[in-house]
Amino acid sequence: MAIDAATVRRVAHLARIKTPEERLEPLAQELNGILNWIEQLNEVDVDGVEPMTSNVAQTLRLRDDVVTDGDKVADVLSNAPKAADGFFVVPKVVE
Amino acid sequence: MSDLTKLTLADAVDGLKAKTFSSEELTQAFLGEIASANPTLNAYVEVTGEKALAQARASDAKLAKGEGGDLEGAPLGIKDLFCTEGVQTTAGSNMLRGFVPPYESTVTANLWRDGAVMLGKLNMDEFAMGSANETSAFGPVVNPWKAQGDDAQLTPGGSSGGSASAVAANLCLAATASDTGGSIRQPAAFTGTVGIKPTYGRASRFGMVAFASSLDQAGPITKTVKDSAILLKSMCSFDTKDSTSLDVPTPDWAASVGQSVKGLRIGVPAEYLIDGMPEEIKKLWEQGVEWLKAAGCEIVQISLPHTKYALPTYYIVAPAEASSNLARYDGMRFGHRAEEFTSLDDLYAASRAEGFGKEVQRRLTIGAYVLSAGFYDAYYVRALKVRRRIAEDFDNVWGKVDAILTPSTPSAAFKLGDKQIDPLTMYLNDVFTVTTNLAGLPGISVPAGLDSKGLPLGLQIIGKALDEDTVFKVAGAIEDAAGFVSKPAKWW
Amino acid sequence: MSANATILKGRTGDWEIVMGLEIHAQVASNSKLFSGAAVGFGAGPNEQVSLVDAGFPGMLPTLNRFCVEQAVKSGLGLRAQINLKSQFDRKNYFYPDLPTGYQISQLYHPIVGEGVVEVEAEDGTFFNVGIERLHLEQDAGKLIHDLSPTDSYVDLNRAGTALMEIVSRPHIRSPEQAVAYVKKIRTILMYLGTCDGDMEKGNLRADVNVSVCPVGNYDKFMETGDFGFLGTRCEIKNVNSFRFISQAINYEARRQIEIVEDGGKVDQETRLYDPTKGETRSMRSKEEAQDYRYFPDPDLLPLVLEQTWVDGLKASLPELPDDKRRRLMDQYGLSQYDAIVLISEQAKADYFEAAAKGRDAKLVSNWVTNEISARLAADNRDFSDNPLPAAHVAELVELIETGVISSKIAKEVFDYVWKGEGSPSEVVEKHGLKQVTDTGAIEKAVDDLIAANPDKAAAVAEKPQAIGWFVGQVMKATGGKANPAAVNHILKAKLGL
Repeated sequence: MAIDAATVRRVAHLARIKTPEERLEPLAQELNGILNWIEQLNEVDVDGVEPMTSNVAQTLRLRDDVVTDGDKVADVLSNAPKAADGFFVVPKVVE
Repeated sequence: MSDLTKLTLADAVDGLKAKTFSSEELTQAFLGEIASANPTLNAYVEVTGEKALAQARASDAKLAKGEGGDLEGAPLGIKDLFCTEGVQTTAGSNMLRGFVPPYESTVTANLWRDGAVMLGKLNMDEFAMGSANETSAFGPVVNPWKAQGDDAQLTPGGSSGGSASAVAANLCLAATASDTGGSIRQPAAFTGTVGIKPTYGRASRFGMVAFASSLDQAGPITKTVKDSAILLKSMCSFDTKDSTSLDVPTPDWAASVGQSVKGLRIGVPAEYLIDGMPEEIKKLWEQGVEWLKAAGCEIVQISLPHTKYALPTYYIVAPAEASSNLARYDGMRFGHRAEEFTSLDDLYAASRAEGFGKEVQRRLTIGAYVLSAGFYDAYYVRALKVRRRIAEDFDNVWGKVDAILTPSTPSAAFKLGDKQIDPLTMYLNDVFTVTTNLAGLPGISVPAGLDSKGLPLGLQIIGKALDEDTVFKVAGAIEDAAGFVSKPAKWW
Repeated sequence: MSANATILKGRTGDWEIVMGLEIHAQVASNSKLFSGAAVGFGAGPNEQVSLVDAGFPGMLPTLNRFCVEQAVKSGLGLRAQINLKSQFDRKNYFYPDLPTGYQISQLYHPIVGEGVVEVEAEDGTFFNVGIERLHLEQDAGKLIHDLSPTDSYVDLNRAGTALMEIVSRPHIRSPEQAVAYVKKIRTILMYLGTCDGDMEKGNLRADVNVSVCPVGNYDKFMETGDFGFLGTRCEIKNVNSFRFISQAINYEARRQIEIVEDGGKVDQETRLYDPTKGETRSMRSKEEAQDYRYFPDPDLLPLVLEQTWVDGLKASLPELPDDKRRRLMDQYGLSQYDAIVLISEQAKADYFEAAAKGRDAKLVSNWVTNEISARLAADNRDFSDNPLPAAHVAELVELIETGVISSKIAKEVFDYVWKGEGSPSEVVEKHGLKQVTDTGAIEKAVDDLIAANPDKAAAVAEKPQAIGWFVGQVMKATGGKANPAAVNHILKAKLGL
């Protein structure tokens, strides 16, 4: 599963990381090196093994349906690059 | 006065209670040390002197009345991964430069509850991704240790390099740190300090900037095993704000340190004897076995057959989780926003390219790739299955042993810039530590000796889930036997 | 409306429509799915936002028990499989209304699995729609585009609100079926109280997956399960009224047929319905192939439910619409049509039952489904907000049953009662609307009338239908209160018919 420049371009877009064209090829090589090393996992017999998503043996706790939070517009907007009238402001989105 | 900074946490807390010195004096002493050392060591990204002194005076008032918590008046350093209310929290990234959280992490809130004083925020690898503290947007941290006869600056390790360096150089009594693949234990080993990663779920992740949620755990870096036990107790708590927090009581581990290890069965895993392991590391490990034997432990040769797959597994799981965890840094609500862009998508991509450093970008790209359509099963799901195999390896030996002894790292501290060329070489730093993150087990690194160049080396003790008690007992025994008292000669 | 599949005539042949629906129903909870911020409508921008909702560093989700309960109740109401073990997954994509860069949803292990919903068409026939799953997920925030020419404003009040997404099988075959299906799901959820069903506020909205195929292919698909027999589907997003669902489907099906008949290929894409233009259009911003990189959310552990807990919820469920329909037919002898009209709103059915006790059920049903429904509709109200006590309806029907008032007078009585003048009996008393059954009084009126109009009386012998004029005059003379049957009887006798 070798990665080429086109794949890097696609994945960089998925991750929303602007990557100059000339960086695509070197990045592809770098990632290939890492992924080749990762390929050794194919040696492991994982037949019938349940994927381990967490190492906590307990199950999900549930909280009561009460309002305990919110009403903190100043906090919510305190680090906003741009805000106005209680809203976050972002460049125009065209749908 | 500067002698105060050499105190252990335990001794300092006792001295404060006995009013031998005040918290304000102690805090001033540390602030003085930081002022002279930090331009060289770069351990702190922000020093909160005024806040520290205000806290110290408040502690002194309490101490005067015979009140106060377990850490009353004790000046600590805080890894810049823990959100601190009203104090910039950056996770070592340009993305979060200037970010001031309007909230406190649970771990640090616990420390303030117990009376600790915050000296400042400690440097770290960007978003905790690194093993040499070279990925920090604030520049690398410098290890106070130097090899004999070599003036080259060494890495304190990473990602908690600032924490380790600050503790080793007496720039705080102790420090908080975090460990996703070895980020507490590897820097502790590189700096002659003690670092423990507790059982996953012991310390709340609430308010701790996330790297890889299923692996991240907070823990302390300290001067001694007893200090480690004291600070860990304060950091840990059951927290309903973290769904993965364990609903278990936090024991008084300090009481275990120094207790006899007689009769404990210590496992020595064959697979940790890796190809190319330096002779000195191997010898230290053998020495550790001898010390424990002498202390009355039974040594059991064990096998953890999937050990070699832990690092590649980690390099799928951690980037995958990170690629999602770090998606919130998009320049919309907080953090860096690019000034020039052509479209909304371009704004996202430009903000993130400008805000994140190279290593973070690399891992986010790997993470997006292993989760993407067509590769999810082949990479991510397979990694989760191997992860279970790795955890089962441990489950299979717990019937035979009470704890496991391994080296902490495959080498001593290396020169800054030495391993930047190849990411894979850098990743190998975590080879002995990463297994416990994948399995959620507690692991501690204890300084056990110096290599031939006079650099500290650590031994790691791995315990069963929630059995930090045994881990601290064995660590105490190693500490005693090793009699490690070396400190870096002050050159900074 | 019929349960039959729509067949559309094209230039090259006949086509049928195949649809699957994704209904998003907002859980009627106080706080959000994973945070303690309030859920509501009408708050100022970002007032109902916690730092968890805004995706701040180090913030973590904690699951709302009530939302889990509502999902399970809804699953039980859909007669679907309840999965005792489920898991939350992250759906990753970037958009300014999505603060964390991922939506917490359930792809791999939803809380509710397969079920079947029986839907009634207006022609009285039924059709089944398979339910693939119901899962819990977070809603996104809102973008406001008209506050600035260059910027969009982001309000995260809605971000993190709990939604139940109900995914149907592609078993829906006509716009009418689609509407009936959504209505049925809405009714079930409203019966259960798990969603308020308010489509105007967007608390229940549907995405419609539409495809077309040559007639006959659907049956082949059903036999084989091979989606290859079906056409490429387009997803029409957020259609939030019954009228728009129907319009959007009709437009979209026609559009697809035209493309295929012109030798083209339908692109699998997400489209938006524009009600003002009556057409669907491609959502440009979502045009690129999405790769959501779903994976289990490592901040959340598996959700494990106890069977006994599920059983307890099951035992506490209210009577569901289908059961109520059957019972109303059995217990009150109502027609299926009447029963369906009554159960469409739980409060309506309850109201009917409260009024029907010991009364003529058919008569009560008529009053409830006609006059009262019409009055409420005129006032923009529904039965949950009905000012008229059910006891008044019972009393009104009793007055009719016992002959105290005629059906005709009953309308007048109802008018006064609706205006709040008192109970039907009080109104009858106050306005003297009691039916005259005293034959003496009627006889006198008849006698007077015949005496005053001998020529008309004679004509009736020739033309019996002319009796109508006499009936009208007697009713007029008695102020409409005479018992019409008695009037007829006496007139016939006196006129020698």
